[in-house]
Amino acid sequence: MGKISVKNLDLYYGDFKALKNINMEIEANKITAFIGPSGCGKSTLLKSINRMNDLVEGCRIDGQILLDQEDIYGRMDVNLLRKRVGMVFQKPNPFPMSIYDNIAFGPRTHGIHSKAKLDDIVEKSLRQAAIWEETKDRLKKSALGMSGGQQQRLCIARALAVQPEVLLMDEPTSALDPISTSKIEDLAMELKKDYTIVMVTHNMQQAVRVSDNTAFFLLGEMIEYNNTEKLFSIPSDKRTEDYITGRFG
Amino acid sequence: MKAWKEKFMQGVFFIAACTSVLAVALICVFLFANGIPAMKEIGFMEFLTGERWKPTNEIFGILPMIMGSIYVTAGAIILGVPIGILTSVFMAKYCPKKIYPVLKGATELLAGIPSVVYGFFGLVVLVPLIRDICQKFHWGGNGSSILTASILLGMMILPTIIGVTESAIRSVPAHYYEGALALGATHERSIFSVVLPAAKSGVVAGIVLGIGRAIGETMAVIMVAGNQARMPAGIVRGVRTLTANIVLEMGYAAGLHREALIATAVVLFVFILLINLSVSLLNRRAQHE
Repeated sequence: MGKISVKNLDLYYGDFKALKNINMEIEANKITAFIGPSGCGKSTLLKSINRMNDLVEGCRIDGQILLDQEDIYGRMDVNLLRKRVGMVFQKPNPFPMSIYDNIAFGPRTHGIHSKAKLDDIVEKSLRQAAIWEETKDRLKKSALGMSGGQQQRLCIARALAVQPEVLLMDEPTSALDPISTSKIEDLAMELKKDYTIVMVTHNMQQAVRVSDNTAFFLLGEMIEYNNTEKLFSIPSDKRTEDYITGRFG
Repeated sequence: MKAWKEKFMQGVFFIAACTSVLAVALICVFLFANGIPAMKEIGFMEFLTGERWKPTNEIFGILPMIMGSIYVTAGAIILGVPIGILTSVFMAKYCPKKIYPVLKGATELLAGIPSVVYGFFGLVVLVPLIRDICQKFHWGGNGSSILTASILLGMMILPTIIGVTESAIRSVPAHYYEGALALGATHERSIFSVVLPAAKSGVVAGIVLGIGRAIGETMAVIMVAGNQARMPAGIVRGVRTLTANIVLEMGYAAGLHREALIATAVVLFVFILLINLSVSLLNRRAQHE
């Protein structure tokens, strides 16, 4: 049984069917990559795992997504779900406040107000995101003054501060330079010891480098889902082969 | 031929642009040329901090009016700002699509109502209401008071605050809101601890514009404030503002009295100038962020 189970999932934006009958098991403490051309539904699927799709008007879902065998579209509280399933966005989005307050926002939201505890969480989260050394002397400074790569690692630290179980990453490096990208990739591989990571990526080399399992999407369907090594060396579907060899997309 | 035409039109535009600058400059010159000598004659300190205004005895102290303007404006801010901000939060983040046009139209209409109509509303509705309440609790006063003027001005500054604040909230990037939600924050917490603080400079600019509107308002205030030229004696007692002082006495004033009124306008002008200055400072800071 996976950490996350997707069962017969159909997703509609109004009349448009964006995801067609998706079935997959996402393993705990692994990095699962979603690849595919733009508009294939990989981001849509990612956003349905923490219900960020609820914000999209006209979005409707059939089927189930189970987190530890519990239906997230059932009786589960959506804010609690998002606490358990954290998210890192494509564009770094630190809040316009200090580095400290950015990290402390989540814990404060969930009722932690003791200064000592918050200090502890802030340091631990920043250390986990490998950005403590760069930020420890400027915790009270605005987070907007940091570079894009630092901002993205800050956002990862911010997501970790609420102690999630799953971390969703929506093309986390597409707005970053190669050095920042490799830092984020190293970080993701480090973090999978403690977290289940699902990562959408446009970059197939990235999927090969960091992920354990890869799912290939095309036009709202999941074409192939397999061990990353197998998927890239002996794809079982012609369309997967065409895509990973660069014939389209 | 073409070059000549363009030169000519450029000149026309330049003159048009100069008109407003010229108008401000002329007002400045008129005010200061007439007001400053009067202040000198009365004595700057006596004029600004004098607690008595008795034109017939040549006593010109405008502290009561300065305090009056400040009290009434502060009251308007205390009442108008929370309502205005909450309204704009509702309009930007909560409002069902069906109600929005009604609400938007209503707040815009509020801005278009002439101030004398507000004053009339205050006179026939608010003043008797406050009078009755005060009589019930034996607070004294006749209904025309700081409180009445504050309530009325609080209503009048709503459209200014709502308009500016709503657009400030709308211009906050959606990814702040989404980022907060993704951490498990509720809709309310995301809005009040991330989106609204991010719109802070716009909100403050709205408040400052509201202050400018309240402090400069004349007609409506005259109709409900009581206009007694004495130091404010309590929020249910009457008060006279700087604007009211000018309008009430300008008709018959002559000599030093007339100049003292112009000097009152100078003080008001400086207040407004400071407010506008702080708005543009705020805007500049907002652009830097």
